[in-house]
Amino acid sequence: MTNLLTKDEAPAATTTPTKGSRFTAAASNYIEDRTSISGAVKEFGRKIFPDHWSFMLGEVSLYSFVIIFLTGSFLTFFYQASMATVIYDGSYVPLKGLEMSTAMSSSLHISFDLRGGLLIRQIHHWAALVFVAAIGLHMLRIYFTGAFRKPRELNWVIGFVLFILAMAEGFTGYSLPDDLLSGNGLRIIEGMVQGIPFVGTWISFLVFGGDFPGTAIVGRLYTLHILLLPAIIVALIAMHLVFVIVHKHTQFSGPGKTENNVVGAPILPMFAAKAGGFFFIVFGIIVLMASFFTINPIWNYGPYDPSPVSAGTQPDWYIGFADGALRLMPPGLEVVLFNHTYSFNILIPLVVLGLFILVVLIYPFIEAWITGDKREHHLLDRPRNVPTRTAIGAAGVTFYASLWAAASSDIVATHFQLSIEGVIHTVQATTILGPIAAYLITKRVCIALMKKDREIALHGYESGRIVRLPGGEYIEVHQPVDEYERWKLVNFTDNKPLMIRPNAKGQITGLQKVRVGMSKWFFEDRISPVTTKELVHGDHH
Amino acid sequence: MAHDDNSGKEVAAPVSSAADKYEGPSTGTAVIASDAFTDPGFPPHRERMTDLDPKADKRAERQVFTLFYLSIAGSIFAIASYIGFPIESGATGDLRLSTLTLGVGIALALLGLGLGAVHWSKALMMNEEGIDERHPIRGTEATRERAVEIFKQANEESGIGRRTVIRNTLIGALVAFPLPAVVLFRGLGPMNVNPVESLSSTMWKKGMRLTLDPSGLPVKAADVTLGSAFHIIPEGINDFHDKLERKAKAAVLLMRLDPKDLNPSPGREGWAYDGIVAYSKICTHVGCPVALYEQQTHHLLCPCHQSTFDVENECKVVFGPAARALPQLPITVDSDGYLVAQSDFNEPVGPSFWERS
Repeated sequence: MTNLLTKDEAPAATTTPTKGSRFTAAASNYIEDRTSISGAVKEFGRKIFPDHWSFMLGEVSLYSFVIIFLTGSFLTFFYQASMATVIYDGSYVPLKGLEMSTAMSSSLHISFDLRGGLLIRQIHHWAALVFVAAIGLHMLRIYFTGAFRKPRELNWVIGFVLFILAMAEGFTGYSLPDDLLSGNGLRIIEGMVQGIPFVGTWISFLVFGGDFPGTAIVGRLYTLHILLLPAIIVALIAMHLVFVIVHKHTQFSGPGKTENNVVGAPILPMFAAKAGGFFFIVFGIIVLMASFFTINPIWNYGPYDPSPVSAGTQPDWYIGFADGALRLMPPGLEVVLFNHTYSFNILIPLVVLGLFILVVLIYPFIEAWITGDKREHHLLDRPRNVPTRTAIGAAGVTFYASLWAAASSDIVATHFQLSIEGVIHTVQATTILGPIAAYLITKRVCIALMKKDREIALHGYESGRIVRLPGGEYIEVHQPVDEYERWKLVNFTDNKPLMIRPNAKGQITGLQKVRVGMSKWFFEDRISPVTTKELVHGDHH
Repeated sequence: MAHDDNSGKEVAAPVSSAADKYEGPSTGTAVIASDAFTDPGFPPHRERMTDLDPKADKRAERQVFTLFYLSIAGSIFAIASYIGFPIESGATGDLRLSTLTLGVGIALALLGLGLGAVHWSKALMMNEEGIDERHPIRGTEATRERAVEIFKQANEESGIGRRTVIRNTLIGALVAFPLPAVVLFRGLGPMNVNPVESLSSTMWKKGMRLTLDPSGLPVKAADVTLGSAFHIIPEGINDFHDKLERKAKAAVLLMRLDPKDLNPSPGREGWAYDGIVAYSKICTHVGCPVALYEQQTHHLLCPCHQSTFDVENECKVVFGPAARALPQLPITVDSDGYLVAQSDFNEPVGPSFWERS
C-alpha cells in the first residue's frame, strides 16, 4: 500500500515539470479556456460507482449497442436496400444465376466478396442478439432487487421502452437481407396485421405498399433500422444515463452503506479503467463468437420466394415468445359475425402479450401504490426479502419461458421424438399452470431463506463441532456471525399489510378495498428482521 | 486518495434505525422497529496481495503491460491476415480462414486491451472505497419556489391563463397542424387499388394450366402418380414483373390420393380429377407456405406454426392455430391431358382479414 502511495505522489513531488506534462498543461488550458470543462471534471471526475457483478448487465447492453452502431455503419457502405431484381453473379457458386433482390445480392456480396465483410456481418448479428439478451437480464436484475422504486420509476419505463425498441431494431435488421427465412418472418407479420379488426387489411396494404411482398418493404425497414429507431434509441439511452447520474447508482445493503450515501469506486481512475476495459472485453468476446460461430447463413436459405419454406424455421431468439404465443392457440378460434372476420387465433396472443407488456411497464407504480411508501430507495433488496415481488417475477419469467419454448415446439418434437401435438399441449399447460407453480414455490423458498437468515442472525452458523454436556446431552456449537455479517441479514425493509380504514367522509371506497386486498396479498406472509431485543433473548436457545 | 472529497467525513447514521422522529415522506406500510440493529459502519479494509507484497505488485504490472503488448500484436496480426488471406478465389476454405484469422486478431487486440485495463484497475489502482453523499432528488425549497415564481411571471407577462381564446385556439392549432402529415402517409400504398379486392382473388382462371414451381412446365394428369405431391404455380406467372406478389397468393400444392380416400362435400365432387386434388399452399393462419406433405396420413403441415390440414377431408384443420380449411382449386384436364384450373379459388386464400366473410 505504502509503495503505491509514493508511486502516485511521486510526479507531484517533483518540482521541474517534464516536457510531456508541460504540453498536457498547455493543452488542458487551451480546452478549458474554450469549454470550461474543469467544472465537469470537478463534478463527475470522482463520482462514486458501487460495485456488484450484476451491475455489469446494463454495461453489456450499452457496449453491445456501441458495437452494433460501429459495425452497422460499416455495413451500410456496402448493403443496398433495394428489392429490384438482379441475377446473382457473385462468388457463392450454388446461388449463381439465380434471380434475387439487390438487397439479397448485396448481403451475399458482403459475405463472400468483401474481405472481413462476413466477420463484420456476424459481429453485427451476434452483438444484436447479445444486446437484447443483456437488456432482458438487466431488467430482471432491476426488478428482483427493487431498483425500480422511487425515484427510479421513470427510468424503468425508459429502459423498458428501450427493450421494445431493441427488439424492433432486431426484427427490422433481420428482415433486411431479404432471404427466404426473413421473408417468411415478414409474411407472418403481414398475416398477423391482417387479423387486426377494422384497420388490419389497410395497415398491411400501406406497410407493404400494396400486395405482399411488394417492392417497398425492405427500403422502408432500412429507414427504420438505420435512421428512425437508432435515433430514438440514442436519445433514450442518453436520458437513461442522465437519470443514472442524477439518481446516483443504487447499492446493495451492507455495513456502512446507507440510503444517504454511495460507496464504491471513483470514476477516475478506477471505474473508468474497469468500465472502459470491460467495453473491450465485451467487444472481444463478441468478435470471438463472430469468428468461430456462423450466424444467419442466408446463403443456405436462398432468396425470398413465397412458395418454398424449410422445416424447423426459427426466428431470432427474442421474437420467440411472440411466435410461441401464436403456436399455442387451439384450432378454430375464428368467428365471422355480421360479415366481418374476427381472428381470435391472432387477437388473443396480441392482447395477452400486450397486457403482459403493460403490466411489466407499470409494475413500479403498482407496487408503490400498494405499499404507499413515498421515500426514496437507494439500497437494493435481496430478492428473498420481498417474497411476493420475487414470486411474481418468477411467475412472469415462467410465462415468458413457456411461450419461448413453444416457439421451438417442432424442434423439441423432432429432437426428442415426441408428437408435435403432445409438445404443444404440454406447453399450453405450462403456460397457464407453470406461472402459478413458480409463484407458489418461489414465495415459499424466499420465506424459508428469510427464516434461515433469521436463524443465522440469532444463533449463528452451525460450526459442525459436537459437544457433549456434563449431563450426557449432545449439542452442536453455533458460531455467532460478526456484526458486519449480521447487518447484511437484518437490514431490510419490512412491510405489514394495510389496515382497512374509512376515509375522511367515513366511507370505505372500492379502491381502498382493492388496495387493502393487494397489500394483504403482498405482505401477509412476512418475516420481520431480527431486532436487538430478540438477539438478547435469543441467546438462551 | 480515493477519500479526497470526503476526507474526515464519517458515515452518516443509517435511517433504518432512526425510528424515533421520522419526518420524511410517507413510509407507507413499512414497519420501523424501535429496537432495530444499528449500522456497524465500514468493516476494516482488506489489503490485496499487490498491496502487501512488492513482488506481487511488480508481477501484476508486468502482466498488465504484457496484455497491452499482446493487444498491439493482435492488431498487427489482424492487418497482416487481411492482406495475407485473400478470399477472391471464391473457395469456402479461404473465406473461413480469412474470417477466422481476422477475427482472432481483432479479438486479441480488444481482449488484450480490456483484460489489461481491468487487471490494472483491480490489482494496482488504489482500491479503498470512496463515499458520495446522496441528496433528495427534488430541488431545495428555494429553487422550487423560484421555479414557481418564474412560471407565474411568464403567465402574467404572456397572459396565457387570462387570454383564454388565444390559449384555446393555440392548442387547437397545435393539435391540427400534424394532421396533414398523417394524411400524407396514405401514399404508402398505391392510390387506386382496393386491398380487399386484391386479397380476394388470385390469377387462376378457367383453363389455365397447372405448371411446376419454379420451372413453369405444365403437368399431365398421367404424370401425377398415386402418393406424389407437386408444387404448382399458374401458367405464365414467370412472365410477370410482379410474379412474387402473384405467387404469394396463387401457389398451390397438388397431390394424388386414392379417390376412395377423398370425402368431398356435396357440390365439390367435381373439383378433383381422378383423385388428384389441388389446394392453396398459403396457410390460412398467417400465410406461411404449407409445404410439408405426410404421404401416409395425407396430412399437410405448416412448418411455421404447425397447423395441420387433412387432405382426405377437404384440408380441414386437424391441429394447430389455423381456423379455416385450405381453399381448394377446382381442377380438370384439357384436351391434351394437361391439368388445368376450372376457375379461380371460390374464396380468398391465405390469412383471414377483417373484410372477409
